[in-house]
Amino acid sequence: MSRYVPHTPAETRAMLDELGLADVGGLFADVPESVRLTGPVDLPRGLSQMETLRDMEALAERNTRYRLTLRGAGCYDHWIPPMVNRVACKEEFLTAYTPYQAELSQGVLQAIFEYQTLVCVLTGMDVSNAGVYDGASAAAESAVMCRERGRAVTLVSACAHPDTVAVMRTYCYGTGDELRLIPEKDGRTDAAALAAMLAPDVAAVYVQQPNFYGQLEDVTGLFAAAKAAGVKCILGVNPTAQAILPDGREVGADIVCGDLQPFGIAMAFGGPSSGFMACTAALVRRLPGRIAGQTVDAQGRRAFVLTLQAREQHIRREKASSNICSNQAHCALIASVYATYLGPDGVTAVAESCLAKAHAFAAMLCDIPGVRLRHTGEFFHEFVTDLPVPPEKVQAALEATGVLSGLPLPGGMLWCVTEKAGREDLLRVAQTVREACAQ
Amino acid sequence: MEIKTDRLYSESHEWVLFENDTTATVGLSDFAQSELGDLVFVNLPQVGDTVTAGETFADVESVKAVSDVYSPVTGKVVAVNATLLDAPQTINEEPYEAWLVKVEGITGKVALMDADAYRALTEK
Amino acid sequence: MSEAVLLSYEKSVPGRRSEVIPKPDVPAYALPEALRRKTPLLLPELSEVDVDRHYTELAHRAYGVNCGFYPLGSCTMKYNPAVNEAVAALPGFAQAHPLAPAHAVAGCRAVMEELSESLCRIAGMDAFTLQPAAGAHGELTGMLCVRAYHESRGDAARKTMLVPDSAHGTNPASAAMAGFTVVNVPSRADGCVDLDALSALLDDGVAGMMMTNPNTLGLFEKDILKISRMVHASGGLMYYDGANLNAILGLARPGDMGFDVTHLNLHKTFSTPHGGGGPGSGPVGVKALLAPFLPTVASLGETGPLQVKAFHGNFATLARALAYIKTLGGDHLRDVAHHAVLNANYLMARLKAAGYTPAFDRPCMHEFVLTLEHERETTGVSALDVAKTVIDYGMHPPTMYFPLIVHEALMFEPTETETRETLDRAAQVMAAIRADLERDPEAMHTAPHSAVIGRPDEVRAARTPVLRWKPEP
Repeated sequence: MSRYVPHTPAETRAMLDELGLADVGGLFADVPESVRLTGPVDLPRGLSQMETLRDMEALAERNTRYRLTLRGAGCYDHWIPPMVNRVACKEEFLTAYTPYQAELSQGVLQAIFEYQTLVCVLTGMDVSNAGVYDGASAAAESAVMCRERGRAVTLVSACAHPDTVAVMRTYCYGTGDELRLIPEKDGRTDAAALAAMLAPDVAAVYVQQPNFYGQLEDVTGLFAAAKAAGVKCILGVNPTAQAILPDGREVGADIVCGDLQPFGIAMAFGGPSSGFMACTAALVRRLPGRIAGQTVDAQGRRAFVLTLQAREQHIRREKASSNICSNQAHCALIASVYATYLGPDGVTAVAESCLAKAHAFAAMLCDIPGVRLRHTGEFFHEFVTDLPVPPEKVQAALEATGVLSGLPLPGGMLWCVTEKAGREDLLRVAQTVREACAQ
Repeated sequence: MEIKTDRLYSESHEWVLFENDTTATVGLSDFAQSELGDLVFVNLPQVGDTVTAGETFADVESVKAVSDVYSPVTGKVVAVNATLLDAPQTINEEPYEAWLVKVEGITGKVALMDADAYRALTEK
Repeated sequence: MSEAVLLSYEKSVPGRRSEVIPKPDVPAYALPEALRRKTPLLLPELSEVDVDRHYTELAHRAYGVNCGFYPLGSCTMKYNPAVNEAVAALPGFAQAHPLAPAHAVAGCRAVMEELSESLCRIAGMDAFTLQPAAGAHGELTGMLCVRAYHESRGDAARKTMLVPDSAHGTNPASAAMAGFTVVNVPSRADGCVDLDALSALLDDGVAGMMMTNPNTLGLFEKDILKISRMVHASGGLMYYDGANLNAILGLARPGDMGFDVTHLNLHKTFSTPHGGGGPGSGPVGVKALLAPFLPTVASLGETGPLQVKAFHGNFATLARALAYIKTLGGDHLRDVAHHAVLNANYLMARLKAAGYTPAFDRPCMHEFVLTLEHERETTGVSALDVAKTVIDYGMHPPTMYFPLIVHEALMFEPTETETRETLDRAAQVMAAIRADLERDPEAMHTAPHSAVIGRPDEVRAARTPVLRWKPEP
């Protein structure tokens, strides 16, 4: 016997003898005969590890590997310092369960506590949970936090990521609450429309900064209007941008959420990553998910534990406000290592580099006849250009040079530039775009 | 186990102290707090809420459990003891001082016991 | 005893930075002041070697499957194969953008198609979505599918979800999040669903029933076909919580037991690492009648009406699970179930011989529950005390106080990847604790004594929450 089952036939026999059983089938007497499979599952025979790896390598090779990625739209190609994976591969982190046994899990709990501190520092909020599935579900859970008697509507900016809106809609469908979209105007949330939508039944407003089009919203203005109407304010952020943009407290947010994928987590076809949620102290009891806290042991030594657990599903069951019981801990750890490794200067340097290169590239593109910025506002590292040719044509032309273009949108393209792009690369890309647009 | 004689008790271990026929304060008995263990949080209703005799109106959390608190009376909440939100341990330390809510306009109540009857219940 | 590890924030020295990001080769962009943060970014500043050592110190204060036996019941802490980590790290997968053109991610799509197809055959279902990120996330997705199905038939009055009282807490919580009213179904004395009680609850308001089989007590619900028939006859659907699939992998399929929808936990049954609390993956499989409601692999908010996550799911986890299935193959899947159940029964027999009391004295499936109610009464030693003493013997404790319907419960799940010697050693540890329990019960109230900390003050943690580090004022 192999394939991860260590028993030799003699051992299996001896164990069965000890249990007084003729064969292993005797252990499954409770499984009705009529539902037992009579033969193997209809799948290919098992492979050796060498063959498995070879098979999977062949599948991986069917993917195109780009030398430069100019596509973001919720998943970002940043440089991942080798230190991140060295730490992440430590098996004590990788193979542990949720740290229920605090005495054996101080390392994991301290890592979560440090992670929560990172999220609070980035967002300016008082408390953070240990993380949720991703940015989209973080936004959906944030909306759930804000519901009160008589206030069950969530207003969501039409400039939020389409997947975030879709997931928020799904969660609303479940709870029977309503989601209303605040229209877009010039690539940003329409402030006048929001003002008209702030009805007494509105619980919360969700705004994404930078938004899906890369534009920077006047969050302070939008939130001031919402607050005046007694509406809670949820801000979705990109952690890289958050290094230089005003934090949640500065703009008046009650909850700040987002996805930490840009912090050292591989794109990996969109998952896993780690959603984060942070809020003001007033909302801590409504925060879903795991939370680590600091306390002392019987000898007065500092200790970390999972705390405030009576909020959670394993105690409250159907009365819990969320069913979540995991926190994508390993991804949260990666993000925390990334920020610790780069430090405040490094994280800021990444943000400044993205900002500078995106603007330099936008200028290069706008030098091409028929290419112009679609929106007039400030942006961070993503922006939309109109194109004089179908965007798929630009995508194909760049693909031929090993570059993943921006995301095709109707009549244009949503570009993203990170610190990985060099000026020379971007000039060559702009030249390819110029040629594609000229044909 | 302290059981104050100035008030009445429900089977689910809440105490009721009537000011008059239609106004009372409600809390948890000493027996209840000792069964629940160290309390870490209290969820209270809002002023203006209606509570119904025999139905849950609040819950109390220990580290590993949450327990419903049942209203002994039907009426309208006119005050909640907000100090418990920051100091839930008051219920453990001084259960007969740590009232949860004050109810007015009482129109109904569950079967209530005096101190002796309640003592008999807790000693069963 | 190792020294306390300072927080990274406490180790920080201003100005001690690693300059790893090059200065941009384009001019800086001057963002308006109103769009600049005013609050300084107080992240730690450590040297490179200190970052490495910091996390090494933390790893030394953690316990993974690589450290030793991890019999945490209901968690399936099996070995996480190294080859699967190599698969997840392949650059072709790791660097794939989720919104790249379809032809550029043909490999990722092929992985997902092959995994879906494999899971259909393993679970006896017709279609799978790989989008949910965890078991509970899968439950929510499955529950929403059930609701959408009834509504599509004009049967929207079905609002009741039946959940056995032995269920994981996520079941009732997920059903409630999907808008159902949860009604608990009691268990009989033998630990299985009470059919009479179930019968009394069935009416045309029942949307479905959630079941874990084997259930959370480690017992196979032998009336499962009858239960399915009863629920179906009342117009409800059957939901299978795949948390315990390891017990019957390759031997029996939820789809053949009458279940209409299921989630599987790739991080349990299919060997992907738990990561200290995730990422997992909770694919949802359905019979054809529910397939139209499942999220699909598509782009940007268009993956169907019930999208639960951005993009396509936890792909790196999916790739690991596919590698695991390929390595086992159709012919070796059942070895998993055979030996998971053999190991559990073997360990249960050994612990019984050592004087412990199984909550249900009959053969178990892949896990079993002890009750220490008697020990508690006679010695004052609780299940908690025993679990904490297990730590002093260098082993991970079993699950404590679950399921809720067994008093002073300790739940063991050894999994198939443990050797007989490991099980024997665990039995010796439990026998030694039995002797401790009679000799010095007082000492057990304060165990563990050899860990880096003693028991933490959880009351203080919850009453006065300290949830982040703050600089000294």
